[in-house]
Amino acid sequence: MNTTIIGFAYLLSGVLFILALKGLSSPVSARKGNTYGMLGMTIAVATTLYGAGSGLDLSSYTNIIIAVAIGGLFGSVLARKISMTALPQLVAAFHSLVGLAAVFVAIGAYKNPAAFFEGGIISTGSMIEMSLGLAIGAITFSGSVIAFAKLQGLVSGNPLVFKGQHLINLIIFLGILGLIYMTAVDPMNATTEQYFWAIVGLSFFIGFLVVLPIGGADMPVVVSMLNSYSGWAACGIGFTLQNTALIITGALVGSSGAILSYIMCKGMNRSIVSVLLGGFGGDSDDVASAAAQPKGNVKQGSADDASFIMGNAQKVIIVPGYGMAVSQAQHALREMCDILKEKGVEVRYAIHPVAGRMPGHMNVLLAEANVPYDEVFELEEINHEFATADVAFVIGANDVTNPLAKTDPQSPIYGMPILDVEKAATTLFLKRSMASGYAGVDNDLFFRDKTMMLLGDAKKTTEEIVQALNLS
Amino acid sequence: MDFLSLFSIFVLSVFVGFYVVWGVTPALHSPLLAVTNAISSVIIVGGLIAAVASKGIIDLSSTMGLIAVLLASVNIFGGFMVAQRMLAMFKKKK
Repeated sequence: MNTTIIGFAYLLSGVLFILALKGLSSPVSARKGNTYGMLGMTIAVATTLYGAGSGLDLSSYTNIIIAVAIGGLFGSVLARKISMTALPQLVAAFHSLVGLAAVFVAIGAYKNPAAFFEGGIISTGSMIEMSLGLAIGAITFSGSVIAFAKLQGLVSGNPLVFKGQHLINLIIFLGILGLIYMTAVDPMNATTEQYFWAIVGLSFFIGFLVVLPIGGADMPVVVSMLNSYSGWAACGIGFTLQNTALIITGALVGSSGAILSYIMCKGMNRSIVSVLLGGFGGDSDDVASAAAQPKGNVKQGSADDASFIMGNAQKVIIVPGYGMAVSQAQHALREMCDILKEKGVEVRYAIHPVAGRMPGHMNVLLAEANVPYDEVFELEEINHEFATADVAFVIGANDVTNPLAKTDPQSPIYGMPILDVEKAATTLFLKRSMASGYAGVDNDLFFRDKTMMLLGDAKKTTEEIVQALNLS
Repeated sequence: MDFLSLFSIFVLSVFVGFYVVWGVTPALHSPLLAVTNAISSVIIVGGLIAAVASKGIIDLSSTMGLIAVLLASVNIFGGFMVAQRMLAMFKKKK
């Protein structure tokens, strides 16, 4: 009876998690979905404590409550205080915690088989599942730590590559598989413990090695991928504990992260393999190491020029990029668009799938600045509209507008879907410098007659345009 | 439960996840990351089992369990709350 109730309860929480994700199909239903998710979590936790039944005494309770209180408080404060620009690193940090928790659960289970396995015996199957969960969890942890450090700017966002890297990774990876096999041969043997710890160590190590060579601009893929890993790690542990809620959730998260990685890779026309091999896409723009090599005449404009052009336009399409996030220009941008709308200009926003440092980054920043989401469009939805737009206002984006992606098969960004800003009557580029983008490719749009460059900090420039618009 | 039943649940869940996540609007991909983050912390159940098993005695297993509970709690509270904060910002045109 007891196990039946518990089984149903875990199933229910799994279903609620599915509904939580389902809710995200539209901003209208998303908040309700989030509530389902919290409910599912509450049920899962309550069920586990109920299932522990007689084993539960007061001091365990106290310890658990203290742990939840500390963790919960910390998480809540973090979630409230974090600035929306710092979201990518927060997400990376959260992934690392899931990975680490998986590692600790695996260790806990291994060191106390009586509590986790029937008859206190770890079977070969359970050991394989547990070791897989352990290894993936450890990789998720260390990989996310590096991703966090890169996003936070603690480690250079430039790819770190050295000779023989891929060979070393391959050897370590095969080593981990070998160790998993070794642990499974005779799980209850005392010598197995050394293999177990070796898996922990090597997996931590390979997680570092895998993410280090990946450049800052590829971070949307990395963040999605680590999201996926954290799900598979939960799955591995779910099989070990024979817990359906954990298996269902792990599978959901695993496939979710995989889909996001796929979407991000497609947005860059790169294969997941080439991203993982790394070495592409450093911090670009801000570093400005590549001095501009003038390939023609650059038309530089002032805020007054920009305000004049946009004030007389009928339709303006805004193309935000990572540069907007860096300079926190979203609020000034929305102010500018408000004035334009008052003047009767039609304003829309065009989002490239890989703009920013994580999936959906730009959408959140615009939402933060109170831009209504029905003015914000995805690449496929809006790309045909550039032809009828008077102005394309590119703020802190570069490579995602580069027509070379269509015309030059030699270019590293060839085949990447781009926003057709070149088709607008005028293209305004807000950029910090003339440096090339993350791919290290010149954008020849900068040198076209229809283009006007506004060099400087995106926020400052936008504020100047706002002033100029107010005066006119 | 035997392995085959669990594995069936796993495979079907992957499919459910696949179809549900393709239905998520790209504008909400960041909240999706936060929500998946929060729900994958259901791994807390493993930590709870380990924490409870030692009946209040602090040994390696229960310590690991308690730390796992703590870490997962950061994520559960943080993940859901940051998702909610993001979602609250998505507004339609007035």
